[in-house]
Amino acid sequence: MIAVIDYDAGNIFSVKNALDHLGFESVQACRPDDVVKADKLILPGVGAFPDAMRSLRERGLADAIVREAKRKPLLGICLGAQLLFEKGYEFAETDGLGLIPGYVDAIVAPGMKIPHMGWNSVRVTNPSPLTKTVHDGDMLYFVHSYKAVTDERYISLASEYGQPLPALVRGGADGQIYGAQFHPEKSGSVGLGILRGFAEL
Amino acid sequence: MLAKRIIPCLDVHAGKVVKGVNFIDITEVGDPVACAMEYDRQRADEIVFLDITATHEGRATMRDVVRETARNVFVPLTVGGGIRTTDDFRDMLRAGADKISVNSAAVYRPALIGEAAGKFGSQCVVLAIDGKKSGEVTDADDPRFGMARYNVYTEGGRKDSGIDVVEWARRGERLGAGEILLTSMDTDGTKSGFDLGMLNAVCGAVSIPVIASGGGGDLPSFAELFEKTPADAALAASVFHYGTYTVDDIKAACRARGIAVR
Repeated sequence: MIAVIDYDAGNIFSVKNALDHLGFESVQACRPDDVVKADKLILPGVGAFPDAMRSLRERGLADAIVREAKRKPLLGICLGAQLLFEKGYEFAETDGLGLIPGYVDAIVAPGMKIPHMGWNSVRVTNPSPLTKTVHDGDMLYFVHSYKAVTDERYISLASEYGQPLPALVRGGADGQIYGAQFHPEKSGSVGLGILRGFAEL
Repeated sequence: MLAKRIIPCLDVHAGKVVKGVNFIDITEVGDPVACAMEYDRQRADEIVFLDITATHEGRATMRDVVRETARNVFVPLTVGGGIRTTDDFRDMLRAGADKISVNSAAVYRPALIGEAAGKFGSQCVVLAIDGKKSGEVTDADDPRFGMARYNVYTEGGRKDSGIDVVEWARRGERLGAGEILLTSMDTDGTKSGFDLGMLNAVCGAVSIPVIASGGGGDLPSFAELFEKTPADAALAASVFHYGTYTVDDIKAACRARGIAVR
């Protein structure tokens, strides 16, 4: 069973819809207990880094996610992917979940529109079980103003927007922690392929 | 490379797709969910539903349409028409919409933009502006002095608000809108090409993405839009609705002229 973590920071229904469509069962997880019971975790999220972290901590979800991510696959989406890192610099320096080394900072792309919104192409830099069906040049749907800054070895899919942009990151002792800066649930068949790759881990 | 987006729009009245010509004379066809699924197959980059009923009952029907579409279509969905409060936003977002467009209600009460952006994030607040040419800029201190002036219309294009389109777009961005959907009432329904003048004026004034709407007709008109303005996306209804072109046809025509599309 996949738990889609609901902490009042985003549209969990789109993710559930996509999983339903692919034939994978999922539940809405609001409490630490739900996180413990699940086989896999998805952490969606839209909004601001500090609010989202506060919301996860207030619900006791932050500790539960960090603990459970040691033994089950985890996929963060959009802001959820950013929260996997050690620190965020949106408005104020904020501790993240610290599951992947690196931090999250504003996109600096002179002359380009912020947010980075729309379909952008990706390159497979480190193949992973989630990128089995992804080809160089495939396009995914992004909406964000902040990006992860991390070592290349954690980047599975890379994109570019005035500067290099990690699209899919991967970390954890057994490589089971993933973060998708794009929205796999809104990225057509390529996105659904990535989501399926996660659901089948 | 960020792709230019091609966005089909479905005008929905009482649960059925219709297409207005120049905002009047409405002709009815089709089931919105089936249409959205077809556009998805044609590689639409997003789908927009515009609820032109805008009554309480119409709203409930629209929610069902959005919910059913969100279960079958996995590209971003935008919903607009009659959105007045942050509760309306929440309703449609919970039904599965990714973005909400506001038009008249934001003109009457601009604070709505900031309230919605604060609650749900700028990424889901689309400021829809219906603009119509209205003489020239007469203020001698304005750098656009002597150039075309465009006025914001409300109520589905029935009412001139007297507000300058460029000023309103700029203010919308400041208030927290994440995107501008700019429809030209002069070119809408005419298939004579997009209103490049108004688009350039607005694109030059804001740094958020701008979706061009109104006038998309033959294949070159879309490529021309992306060659002659920095617009990020093109929205059209009739060309797709009546099957004149598929989304793929338009993308192929753009690609042939070196424009990045998905």
